[in-house]
Amino acid sequence: MIGIVSYGTYIPKFRIKVEEIARIWGEDPVAIKSGLGVAEKSVPDIDEDTATMAVEAGREALMRAKIPAEKIGAVFVGSESHPYAVKPTATIVGEALGIGNYYYCADLEFACKAATAGMQICYALVKSGMIEYGMSIGSDTAQSKPGDALEYTAGAGASAIIIGKDPIAEIEATVSYTSDTPDFWRRELQPYPSHGGRFTGAPAYFRHVTSAAKRLMELLGYSEKDFDYAVFHQPNAKFPQRVAGMLGFKEEKIVDGMIVRAIGNTYSAASLLGLCGILDVAKPDQRILLVSFGSGAGSDAFAIRVTDKILDYPRNVRVWDKVKNCVYLDYALYLKHRRMIK
Amino acid sequence: MVPRFWRKIKYRYDVVGSYCEKCGSYYYPKRELCPRCRRKGRLRDEKFPDEGTILSYTVVNGRIIAMIELNNGARTLAEVCAEKAEIGMRVRKAFRRYGEDGDAGIIYYGTKFVPIC
Ligand SMILES: [Zn+2]
Repeated sequence: MIGIVSYGTYIPKFRIKVEEIARIWGEDPVAIKSGLGVAEKSVPDIDEDTATMAVEAGREALMRAKIPAEKIGAVFVGSESHPYAVKPTATIVGEALGIGNYYYCADLEFACKAATAGMQICYALVKSGMIEYGMSIGSDTAQSKPGDALEYTAGAGASAIIIGKDPIAEIEATVSYTSDTPDFWRRELQPYPSHGGRFTGAPAYFRHVTSAAKRLMELLGYSEKDFDYAVFHQPNAKFPQRVAGMLGFKEEKIVDGMIVRAIGNTYSAASLLGLCGILDVAKPDQRILLVSFGSGAGSDAFAIRVTDKILDYPRNVRVWDKVKNCVYLDYALYLKHRRMIK
Repeated sequence: MVPRFWRKIKYRYDVVGSYCEKCGSYYYPKRELCPRCRRKGRLRDEKFPDEGTILSYTVVNGRIIAMIELNNGARTLAEVCAEKAEIGMRVRKAFRRYGEDGDAGIIYYGTKFVPIC
């Protein structure tokens, strides 16, 4: 049995409210909040970035699993905000975690789904016997152009998943749905991403998420009733809510994974932080549907069954408790934190 | 600059210091020579505890620099990432950016401390 043997999360403690951003641009905060379903977002400290958050999440995952660091045979970091254009983040993470030097390692990029792609690679490496444990981390400090709609949701956070045998949550199956769809992109040397506006909805997010989820359920002979929880990529709170409805999932099955409502869109970390929010409360034999989405575009779907091992697994501090511990910034301090003013 | 930093990575990225097998003293950052035993000392690298207590602190250019006693008794000067510090405050290690060589140079990472809450 192969699956998730441990997980760790990191959420920076700073927040900015939608009201504060809307005040600067003279927009209506009530309309924005109800349109996005997001009230505030997380902001990294001045000396935090994708690498530092990945290390913190990875350390928590290692500590909880009580696995010696040298047993990790692969490290993948998925992000769209790697600190270097050329030079891997994953080597910084591997070094800081004390993994040694003999491990498979790469940075992965596929917009917001790179870390679930990393989980699939780790799963295959474990299944083939090439490694005992593999770690996939999603980490992002998403940049957004001041004044762009994305500025209200572009948050920061990281989530680390260790894949191995004898798991706390078995991966029963995983499938991907991929197509060439230009809904969101950033060209080389451009500081901020561009997006296809309304095009990001139906042909991109909804088509890929539902296609991957339906294919997975067909493969396993499951319906929505076989899942106790569902978690989807969450660029805002409305998209996952709507796609849950399209697949027949009620609010009570998604609520524990909707971290976006409290900290905004954490890009590569978003669906995994949601998954961790659910693993924090899930009981043995419960089943979770996880579907990520990466622009460009693709979705990775997983059927995950919680095992008895979760009962002895240390789950504190829970993701929703980490969310609560925060300090609010005004817009000027926010710009300083994002290094837009020095 | 790059080679000098690279040699220190192991000690900066995690709390790895020196332990003197002869007198039982801990040093962080690491030392080449035990100041107590001098030449008779036997120093080896050791991973130190992740947590400690602030003994004293000062604020330099808006940054809190504290003397921290780690749980094994080793004392070190390090930055504390917090709005304010207090003597006796419990802290744990955190992986952060130290700085960068301009816009095109290398980014330096290392250990700082954050309050345990
Ligand atoms: Zn000595």
